[in-house]
Amino acid sequence: MMEKVLMKGTEAIGVGAIRSGCKIYCGYPITPQSELLAYLAKELPQIEGASFIQSESEIAAINMIYGAAGTGARAMTSSSSPGISLKQEGISYIAGAELPCVIINASRGGPGLGSIQPAQSDYFQATKGGGHGDYRMIVLAPKSVQEMYDYTFVAFDLADKYRTPVMLMCDGALSQLMEPVVLSDTKVVQYEKNWATTGAKGRKPVLVSSLRIEPAELEEHVDHLFEKYAEIMKNEVRYESVCNEKTEYVVVAYGIMARIAQTAISKLRQEGIEIGLIRPITLWPFPQQAFAELSDKVKLFITLELNKGQMVEDVRLAVNGKKEVTFYGRCGGMLPTPDEIAEVIKSKISGVKKCNK
Amino acid sequence: MQQVIFKRPESFTDAFTHYCPGCGHGIIHRLVANAIDDLQLREKVIGVGPVGCSAMIYDYLDVDFQQAAHGRAPAVATGIKRVLPDNIVFTYQGDGDLAAIGTSEIIHAAARGENITVIFVNNAIFGMTGGQMAPTTLIGQKTQTSPYGRDTTKQGYPLRVSELLNTLEGVSYLARVSVHDAKNVLIAKKAIKRAFETQIAKKGFSLVEVLSICPTNWGMKPKAAIEWLEKEMVSYYPLQVFKDWR
Ligand SMILES: Cc1ncc(C[n+]2csc(CCOP(=O)(O)OP(=O)(O)O)c2C)c(N)n1
Ligand code: SF4
Repeated sequence: MMEKVLMKGTEAIGVGAIRSGCKIYCGYPITPQSELLAYLAKELPQIEGASFIQSESEIAAINMIYGAAGTGARAMTSSSSPGISLKQEGISYIAGAELPCVIINASRGGPGLGSIQPAQSDYFQATKGGGHGDYRMIVLAPKSVQEMYDYTFVAFDLADKYRTPVMLMCDGALSQLMEPVVLSDTKVVQYEKNWATTGAKGRKPVLVSSLRIEPAELEEHVDHLFEKYAEIMKNEVRYESVCNEKTEYVVVAYGIMARIAQTAISKLRQEGIEIGLIRPITLWPFPQQAFAELSDKVKLFITLELNKGQMVEDVRLAVNGKKEVTFYGRCGGMLPTPDEIAEVIKSKISGVKKCNK
Repeated sequence: MQQVIFKRPESFTDAFTHYCPGCGHGIIHRLVANAIDDLQLREKVIGVGPVGCSAMIYDYLDVDFQQAAHGRAPAVATGIKRVLPDNIVFTYQGDGDLAAIGTSEIIHAAARGENITVIFVNNAIFGMTGGQMAPTTLIGQKTQTSPYGRDTTKQGYPLRVSELLNTLEGVSYLARVSVHDAKNVLIAKKAIKRAFETQIAKKGFSLVEVLSICPTNWGMKPKAAIEWLEKEMVSYYPLQVFKDWR
């Protein structure tokens, strides 16, 4: 059965979560994602065995998720930038204790209380480890309401498969967007969870913990985590590439910024400019391989973000000095128009041409 | 004929505890194990450990455990209990964990009437980190961070957690007990059992505050520490059952 319905980004995540078998949601209101709480407050209690909790803070919410995930239940929390900062302690513990869970960030302008408008300024926090310690978190960046629905399934699946927190990184624009969505019937894989605390009946007690007091034990544990991360880097990289044999210039952008860039790119192509796009879908693991071959062939990479330049550092690492990597960004909650972006791209291109003369 | 008159509770492992000589944690762990045995809960219990000297309580109780971040045990327990309402979920927390960094989590878990049990160990100090002032440190008490004695003009007044929680409707069983002598240990044992019974009967939030000693960081021999608890702590933190749903 494939239903097609018009819905808001936040609602698409809610529907995706319920259909993924999410048993518990805990969260604290914050714009621009409060509709997700409202939706799940209505829907989850209708489902046998499922719970919705409005927690006293984001700190409490993520720790409730820790407890619930530790029983093997599929668990989700959501917030926006300032609240995601408060969750970092819990995310670090969840990564350390190897618990699966899904965290939504409808990110907004910062630092501090910032603004309630869309931004991508939490890229570093999400991909470089916002909490303490050696850990990684899978970060998925959808670009449409359809993808918010689809990647919610992917997020729950990857979380269980690798026993790791997964963040769905959207922004204030996507979460508020209203678009048609095909509600495909995605099959949900069930994973065995013999590590979960369910009461020691007919077996030895189990322990969910990030504590390894002996240095050698902790080193071994972190080594184990990084073997897992290596598997993730090998198997789970996702990106969209709109490049071909003739591509000379490559825009790199994700989420809502990729949408804006796409419109600008179509226009520039009509003007005869050979320009393509790389859209990372997994921000971590970053799709390095997308750049390997292109770096030898194209003339310039143009990274576009809704911040002062964060992902551009990963693009530079991937391109590894082979070609110039330029950057343009807006921040504070400002969204550029496709025309603005088209102009920016043109001026970056003419800059390179001048240099090469 | 030989007869066993004293044995280790089944829910108690045979590991040696890492606690200092005279520490109250060992006794209180044992009382929790007694309650779990008496009520035949071993296969249903999920404990939530704190950050503090008793962080490794999971080594001593032979049940499923989750180790929580500092102060967050009531939130972790909430998450567990909502998913598994028929299991028995308890937290074990010190006074730094519960009454300082975790004040918000404990108050809201209690206010929600979360059907969990909390064992709250009040030893008037931060034990694990080397004896700093806790919210429960008594007026005039010297600690590493109140070296001149707790001065109310600068460090405020000790927090009476049970009295505070007693104002909340969500709380069904609430008692303050002590483990400074055999008589009080027996009272504490009953209170802890009663708290678990509250949860079994699905009556909502239950908490037992247990006054305990930290000879190491109080800078006293265990005997002097016990006397200090009885004389100084009990007068500020009166022993009583605040609430019982029965
Ligand atoms: C976020 C965080 N802050 C501080 C600490 C350091 N710390 C560990 S235990 C503790 C206090 C423990 O005191 P208490 O809860 O009274 O337990 P006790 O050791 O006395 O049993 C502190 C501050 C920590 N582990 N995590
Ligand atoms: S420091 Fe205090 S609370 Fe900690 S084990 Fe020693 S006596 Fe017990």
